[in-house]
Amino acid sequence: MSDYAIDITDLKKTFDGKEFVLKGIDLKIPKGSLTAIIGFSGTGKSVMLKHILGLFKPTSGTVRILGTDLSTMDDNELTKFRCNYGVLFQSAALFDDMTVLENVCFPLEEHRRTLQKNQIIQIAQTKLKMVGLDPKHFNKLPSEISGGMQKRTGLARALALDPGIIIYDEPTTGLDPILTEMVDDLILQTHKLNQGTTSVMVSHDLSAAFRIADFIVMLDAGKVLLAGTAQDFFKSDIELVQRFVTKGMKHQ
Amino acid sequence: MIAILEKFKKKINDVGEVSIFAISSLKLLFTQPYRYTEVVKHMEFIGNQSVGIISLTSVFTGLALSFQIYLGFKLVNAVNLVGPTVALGITRELGPVLTGLIVAARAGGAMAARLGTMRVNEQMDALDVMGVNTKQYLIAPRIIAAVVCMPLLTGLFDFMAMLGSWFLCTKIVGLDSAIFFEKIRQTVDFHHINEGLFKSAIFGFLFAVICTYQGYHTKGGAKGVGEATNNGVVMSMVGIIIIDYFLMNLIRVAYIFMGIQK
Repeated sequence: MSDYAIDITDLKKTFDGKEFVLKGIDLKIPKGSLTAIIGFSGTGKSVMLKHILGLFKPTSGTVRILGTDLSTMDDNELTKFRCNYGVLFQSAALFDDMTVLENVCFPLEEHRRTLQKNQIIQIAQTKLKMVGLDPKHFNKLPSEISGGMQKRTGLARALALDPGIIIYDEPTTGLDPILTEMVDDLILQTHKLNQGTTSVMVSHDLSAAFRIADFIVMLDAGKVLLAGTAQDFFKSDIELVQRFVTKGMKHQ
Repeated sequence: MIAILEKFKKKINDVGEVSIFAISSLKLLFTQPYRYTEVVKHMEFIGNQSVGIISLTSVFTGLALSFQIYLGFKLVNAVNLVGPTVALGITRELGPVLTGLIVAARAGGAMAARLGTMRVNEQMDALDVMGVNTKQYLIAPRIIAAVVCMPLLTGLFDFMAMLGSWFLCTKIVGLDSAIFFEKIRQTVDFHHINEGLFKSAIFGFLFAVICTYQGYHTKGGAKGVGEATNNGVVMSMVGIIIIDYFLMNLIRVAYIFMGIQK
């Protein structure tokens, strides 16, 4: 059994057969770690994330998740395998015709078909309380709650199936500083509460990456420019890393 | 010339893509987990919520069509044939076509807009990563619901339009009610009604596939949703009118093979 939750080897991706978006990514993310993937816009973060989620097939190279090579799976196997993920989207991506509680019940109804309705509701309520959502909001529609509450609901939904890997896709983009800090704390708290779960955060938010992540990966032009701890980044003499760190920290 | 050929080739490719999309979605309806509750939910939206608009438009269609035919037939002293002429026109052509156009605009537009919004708001990505097959969950139930509901709505359209026709003929222009019904009984057969119902099921399949395809493949933000909705409704309406002509001829050929001469 592999010690890595995510093991990417020489991952290359082209959409048009000419220009490569990913140019040979090698990345190993240990189980139970909180990893931040950072980089300028257009460096391939989202494309890499979609490979991790099995939404894109590699042009070459392998993506192993929890020891399983995704490229050997057909669509049905991939669909089932995705129960191992929990994803918090940038927009929270809540189903707008379902209440907060129904949103969290949904993955349980889909994948835990042996559970009774009241057991599903109980689990969903526990998850919502775990992310700090007040029960008085449980029966509201997503449009009736604030952006921060939507993020909490999205996270509760991502945690519903107790996934092995939780992915945060730019969770704080577009949020005000107070809400950003709240979401960052929520990610850290969730990671600590779910021991053994691997968390991957794709972000532009450098201060959050340095503050909460065990491990940081910086992508540039479809390759891993630097992978290491926050200290490795501060000490790095790579010009692009220095520029990104200096400008990023100054900006925030 | 080459540009025209390229455009034609692209259109053929598009038709192929839409067909594959429809077949792959429908196949999933018969694999576990079954989505029958979703089918019922969409039937409520497509069928039940269209009853009002179909009833209203069909009554006035019956009234207007009957009056125009009455004016024409009066010139040749054949006013007793207004009822059967309206009945044949409604059951075979106007019923399925107008129901198709109305429901495509109402439910088809809503389908494309809903799916498009789900696409741009990452809700479809959320379903994907939750291990839910989006075609099975979102597309197949809508197509089945449209195919089932359209003949029911067309039946309602036929009935309400004939009610309007009866009212105009007997209460406004003073024709005899018994003659009105007797002439219809002599002229209209069950296969005329079935012909319309069959066509309406095809129209339901057509608009549901086109609108769900447009919504499912929405790109961009609000603009993309608007374009998907517009394309879905326009292509469905044009498609219904064109397909109707070919279906009409196909049914005539089928009648010949079945030995039906009407």
